[in-house]
Amino acid sequence: MKKFDKDRLILGLAGPALALVVAVALTSLVLLVSGRDPIEPYQIMFDSASYVDVQVLIINQAGTYYLAALAVAVGFRMNLFNIGVDGQYRLAAMVAALVGANVGLPGPLRIALIVLVAMLVGALWSGIAGILKTSRGVSEVVSTIMLNAIATSLVAWLILPKNFGVQPAGSNNLTTGDIPESAWFPGLSLGPEAGEIYGFTFVAVACGVIYWFVLGRTRFGFDLRATGASESAAQASGVDAKKMVLTSMLLSGAVAGLVGMPTLLGDTHTYSIDFPAGIGFMGITIALLGRNNPVGIALSALLMAFLVKSSASLDQHGYEKEIADIMQGLIVISVVVSYELVRRYGLRRQQQKVGEELAAGGALKTEKEEAAL
Amino acid sequence: MRRITRIVTVGATTAALALTATACGNKSSSDTASSGDSAGAKAAIAYDVGGRGDQSFNDAAFAGLEKAQKDLKIKGSAAEPSDGEADADKIQRLTELARAGNNPVIGVGFAYAPAIKKVAAKFPKTTFGIIDDASVTDKNIANLVFNEEQGSYLAGVAAAKVSKSKTVGFIGGVETPLIKKFEAGFEQGVTDTDPKVKVLSQYLTQPPNFDGFSKPDLGKAAAQGQLDKKADVIYAAAGLAGSGSIEAAAKAGKWAIGVDSDQYNQKGLATYKDSILTSVTKDVADSVFNLIKSVQDGKPQSGEIRYGLDKDGVGLADSNPAFTKMTDVIGAVDKAKQEIIDGKITVKTTP
Repeated sequence: MKKFDKDRLILGLAGPALALVVAVALTSLVLLVSGRDPIEPYQIMFDSASYVDVQVLIINQAGTYYLAALAVAVGFRMNLFNIGVDGQYRLAAMVAALVGANVGLPGPLRIALIVLVAMLVGALWSGIAGILKTSRGVSEVVSTIMLNAIATSLVAWLILPKNFGVQPAGSNNLTTGDIPESAWFPGLSLGPEAGEIYGFTFVAVACGVIYWFVLGRTRFGFDLRATGASESAAQASGVDAKKMVLTSMLLSGAVAGLVGMPTLLGDTHTYSIDFPAGIGFMGITIALLGRNNPVGIALSALLMAFLVKSSASLDQHGYEKEIADIMQGLIVISVVVSYELVRRYGLRRQQQKVGEELAAGGALKTEKEEAAL
Repeated sequence: MRRITRIVTVGATTAALALTATACGNKSSSDTASSGDSAGAKAAIAYDVGGRGDQSFNDAAFAGLEKAQKDLKIKGSAAEPSDGEADADKIQRLTELARAGNNPVIGVGFAYAPAIKKVAAKFPKTTFGIIDDASVTDKNIANLVFNEEQGSYLAGVAAAKVSKSKTVGFIGGVETPLIKKFEAGFEQGVTDTDPKVKVLSQYLTQPPNFDGFSKPDLGKAAAQGQLDKKADVIYAAAGLAGSGSIEAAAKAGKWAIGVDSDQYNQKGLATYKDSILTSVTKDVADSVFNLIKSVQDGKPQSGEIRYGLDKDGVGLADSNPAFTKMTDVIGAVDKAKQEIIDGKITVKTTP
């Protein structure tokens, strides 16, 4: 039976904990150096986050971030760095919005179609990088960054009024037309003051469970993680590494396609030129901070959403809300450093332990002996 | 020791995370705001992407607010957006500003349209302003819109007149319908004046990449490309990025046309001011001030408030003496201006 490993859990938590403490300390230092109160901004942010309407904003944002981070994490587990989540979700949301506004299907079917189209488009876009990698050995880091730029241009071209876009009368915006109300994804309303939690936020949670199950509890997940850990070893044990690269890239893109859905189905009901951008990059930060663990990612997503949403009110109190940006940047740096530190510490500790056990003479018991005892 | 510090750090983070995850309360952020605080009149603006310091649109709105603070003795406040935010965040921001007793609350930029529509319905006694959008209407919404194409038309007339190489350039910051109005007007102005003059058009970036409004190096590179194609007048409608175009044109000894404010008088561009033929002005500051004043006077503006050539809401700056000396150019510009005001010329809004 697998024992609950306390040591591993503590070490696992120490990484992000160390990173956060360092990031907060450094942010305070920045505040001090620039002659500001080093504590008050945090108080303002916590105050702001105690309001129920801000909490709803945080949760909704966290749901979106969560999907983006899952998309990145699928790649990470396979040792693939999908920087293209940003382009994948924007293109996916745009095409899905277009299909949603123009295909005549009854409500729920239309929602299903929108979501399906988004996943397919996301997968298609990341699949290009996957095929380039498996067939030509192109680094996915380079190709996905470039595909981001191409997605931007492609969306800009598709949304021109002469192609598929719509310019509402009197507006300077371009949209893909409105998705009819029957196909709005119902949310959980918390009263007129609080607003509503997007229904898709719950889908995001479900995606987290699926992620956990598929990667941790299936043969496919095992193959994926094995290939990520060592491609040659996996190949030797009969895993088709190339196929795994392509599959996980497609999977990552399909999840990325969902990133725009909470906003599209729960709020805007159209893709316009001011549709939220840059969430893919936030997803990378969150996946890193959450160590690709579904629960870790959820907590990180909440933390980042908290930083972004609660910092909005800093403006009104004479602080720059960019304080939160500084903090996010510092978290990313300290995460990388602290994980390495904790990893080395853990390694040393393990060696020490084995050494101690050997010295005590009672080491190297086999499982059989243990069971016999 | 080591063990204790580790446990403490773990504990601290878990607590912090738990706080963010479970912080619960039933108050809403707008409850605390003192709506009855009538110690002084208050007005607020909510910035567009880029925020203050963009040397263009948002700064112009702030200038209007500042003027109102001085002349009308009101208390002004402003709020910045965050990157990649959704309509829900804009609604939240406008609601907070309205609840805090600000009147009017002005959304800078068309992206605020859906949010203004929803929030205005919740605060029927507050006047809301939105710049560059006429698609959302209500009794308490003032749509502050500009005929950018008319000012640009005049720039086109001037460019066609001064061009010797018969090639002029247009540089748009970000490819949006708003900037296309500048392009359309400019192109029409050039062609109507001299059909033989060729117009080179280029956009720096496409949304959602708004670098084209903020990165001067992009404007500079684009201007260089047009200069290489023999353009000798370059009109850049690209916010801060346009200063790069002005620099490139000035260094090549060619003409540049500025945008939004009178760039001949801008300190940052003093080195190149002799090459700034003129600027297409768009008086966002004035429109913000007028709206605040109308609320103060008890007659709040509502519906579409259009600023065209007739009201000097848009126009052509004439602070460069080299420009005012070109009497034939000035004559042509004035004639075109009169014809637009009289309705003899209709300027297109799309290229």
